[in-house]
Amino acid sequence: MHYTPAPLHIPDGFLNLVVSIACWVVTAIVLSAAVSRTNKSLGDRQIPLMGIMAAFIFAAQMINFPVAGGTSGHLLGGALAAITLGPWAGMLVMTAVIAVQALLFQDGGLLVMGANILNMGLLTAAIGYGLYRGALGRSRGTRLAVAGAAAWLSVMAGALATALQLWLSGTGNLQTLTLAMLGVHALIGVGEALITIAALAFIFQTRPDLLDEKSLFARGGRGWVLAGALISLLVVVLSPFASADPDGLERVASDLGFINRGQSASYHIFPDYTLPILGETSLSTIMAGATGVLVVLVVAIVAGRSLQKRS
Amino acid sequence: MEVMEYNGDIVKVSDLHFAYPDEHVALRGISFNLCEGEKVALVGPNGAGKSTLMLQLNGILDGRGAIEIGGLHLTRDNLPVIRSMVGLVFQNPDDQLFSPTVFEDVAFGPLHMGLPEEEVYARVDAALEAVRMSAYRDRLSHHLSVGEKKRIAIATVLSMHPKILILDEPSAGLDPRARRTLINLLRDLPITMLISTHDMRLVQELFPRTIVMDGGRIVADGLTKEILEDEAFLKEHGLEKP
Amino acid sequence: MHSDAFDRYHHKHSLIHQLDPRIKVLITVAFIISNALLPDGAWVAFLLAWGFVLVANVLSQLGIGYTFRRSFIALPFALAAITVLFSIPGKPIGSFQFLMWDMTVTDAGLLRFVSIVIRSWLSVQMAILLVAVTEFPKIVHALTHLRVPAVITMIISFLYRYLFVLTDEVMRLLRARQARSAASPGQRSGGSLGWRARIAGHMAGQLFLRSYERSDRIYNAMLARGYKGELMTIHPHHFERRDWIICVLCIVGMIIMQWTGRI
Repeated sequence: MHYTPAPLHIPDGFLNLVVSIACWVVTAIVLSAAVSRTNKSLGDRQIPLMGIMAAFIFAAQMINFPVAGGTSGHLLGGALAAITLGPWAGMLVMTAVIAVQALLFQDGGLLVMGANILNMGLLTAAIGYGLYRGALGRSRGTRLAVAGAAAWLSVMAGALATALQLWLSGTGNLQTLTLAMLGVHALIGVGEALITIAALAFIFQTRPDLLDEKSLFARGGRGWVLAGALISLLVVVLSPFASADPDGLERVASDLGFINRGQSASYHIFPDYTLPILGETSLSTIMAGATGVLVVLVVAIVAGRSLQKRS
Repeated sequence: MEVMEYNGDIVKVSDLHFAYPDEHVALRGISFNLCEGEKVALVGPNGAGKSTLMLQLNGILDGRGAIEIGGLHLTRDNLPVIRSMVGLVFQNPDDQLFSPTVFEDVAFGPLHMGLPEEEVYARVDAALEAVRMSAYRDRLSHHLSVGEKKRIAIATVLSMHPKILILDEPSAGLDPRARRTLINLLRDLPITMLISTHDMRLVQELFPRTIVMDGGRIVADGLTKEILEDEAFLKEHGLEKP
Repeated sequence: MHSDAFDRYHHKHSLIHQLDPRIKVLITVAFIISNALLPDGAWVAFLLAWGFVLVANVLSQLGIGYTFRRSFIALPFALAAITVLFSIPGKPIGSFQFLMWDMTVTDAGLLRFVSIVIRSWLSVQMAILLVAVTEFPKIVHALTHLRVPAVITMIISFLYRYLFVLTDEVMRLLRARQARSAASPGQRSGGSLGWRARIAGHMAGQLFLRSYERSDRIYNAMLARGYKGELMTIHPHHFERRDWIICVLCIVGMIIMQWTGRI
């Protein structure tokens, strides 16, 4: 059996000590909240459930399907875990998966594990559950579509966070990193969205009780909708900034003492993408990014609807 | 067929009814007793209610009726004691062995009974000895063959010193040699047993008494020899003469 | 298929195998932190660190090249760092044309890139060694002792136990899909993208339900053996004099690395 590493797992050495520890601190704070929540609110049934679900996510990441030209789509599972198990349990499950991948398979480093958990476990769970919770009460097709959009966005959030961490560590140029990361993961995210939608549709069909609205509501408060929306908004606003107009972000980072100004780009590989009507303003950049996201959302909704109809 | 009388005292079940939350009725008035040291087979088609009955005896499912184990009524308060008296081994050893290592799995029961560490170690060694798997103490569970897993699964409850052993389909999925090893093991274990199985040759070989279930009821309870002779009766309940 | 190929542990009776797992986890993490602290271009220190890895290999009786042979797993990620070659100002040492852009490699960029790759390559070797000389359940015990919350280590234990069972299930599902994906000669097979994705998603959904139901059965098996909501474990680990000596030696070694890296 071959274990194939996934592109979002940062190995040790690529983030510097400050960024690694900063990410660990954020991750540890969120995880300790998750641990105390699960200890308090969830029944004793929850431990074996989360354990087996972690094994499920690990195994489900091996399910792939051919997309085009030798590439294949597969699942990361952060959004799916959070939607089916709730945000806190989803985070713990993803943490275990990432820890085993790093410890057992060296897929992702140990010192940078905090960053990997943040990117693939925490952000994905917040977006996945937050957006899905916002859609509870709507029709099944809408919920599936939102789940798909959330899955896509969760992958983009992980990719953007990875690019930012690499850049803050001085491992590369902001514009290239974000463009490369977001470009690759825009495609990977589509695979993620499609599998998430189809998996949820299958569960809706066979065991709808597992996706019962009342218990889904109970697993996380209204605050998650806000958190999910805010992180999504941040991704939508930051992505175009970082990839088209990185100077602003670089100035902020150097003002805060994160990076050496000398490290910033002395060139721009890609032309800025902006909306011609608005001219070359930051607003235009943001609008361009938002338009892109909107297009994907529409695609996801259409895909969700049609998958729902067929199944 | 005449239902035989036993002066059983280790297990007493009377008029047990149970329905699942989806309103599927699984047990409709089950009554039987088991004597100390008796080895009894529980047979019947799939869906007869055998597994449900087994889960009742351990208090995992809670039905209507009375269950008495070793003189104790099965109530919420008695549950910990009852669970240490009733060793329940599930059909799929991958569900039964949920710890990464053999030691941890066999130690799970004694540890959760609150025994001191030295006692836990002693019981693990004795239980592995009883299933002739002492050399496997530090092995990883996923490295075992199905037959080995089944034997370790039995050790995981033997370490709790149960008064009665309840096994679900112990010989399913075993190759002939592993099956033979298991049969010898079950024959030699000096303990009360209730074993659910489709393996009629195993029933014939090992169990003097058989309980036949169908549709949530006990349809026969008597000498294995007599039950196996009544081919029409066996056929009616989806069973075959070995 | 047998998932044993997932196992990374090599059974030996070496000094390193017998060390307390907590010491091994701590030394591995310390070594990775030490690498992260070494400045760019600290060649002597990098060499010393590699020597440290080689000695550990030899002491583990795995053969001097054991971790080296497996250490290229993180290399593809170096692509993500490739832009530092061009983005750090410095003396140009070479340039080439890539499509429509002139790319200039600077000396500072090259220094940084090589340093990042070396740090990563050294760190991954130590992580490889850790799982080769320590059984995974013992690593999990060590984590429990090192104050990782019990909920997380318990999930990791279950994950490790059922990883093998569930990946076997996935392989069966994938094989069943393969067996049914016949193609007529000259025809493009496999259906539309959405259809293929739906099949993959249904496999994931099916696996989810099976796993969910399995967790119910496991919960029952735990209840039957006295589980009352709190998991209890025994961790028979004791520090011995040997553990302390190795620990001190390693710390001294890393201090020397840091010192040579800064002079």
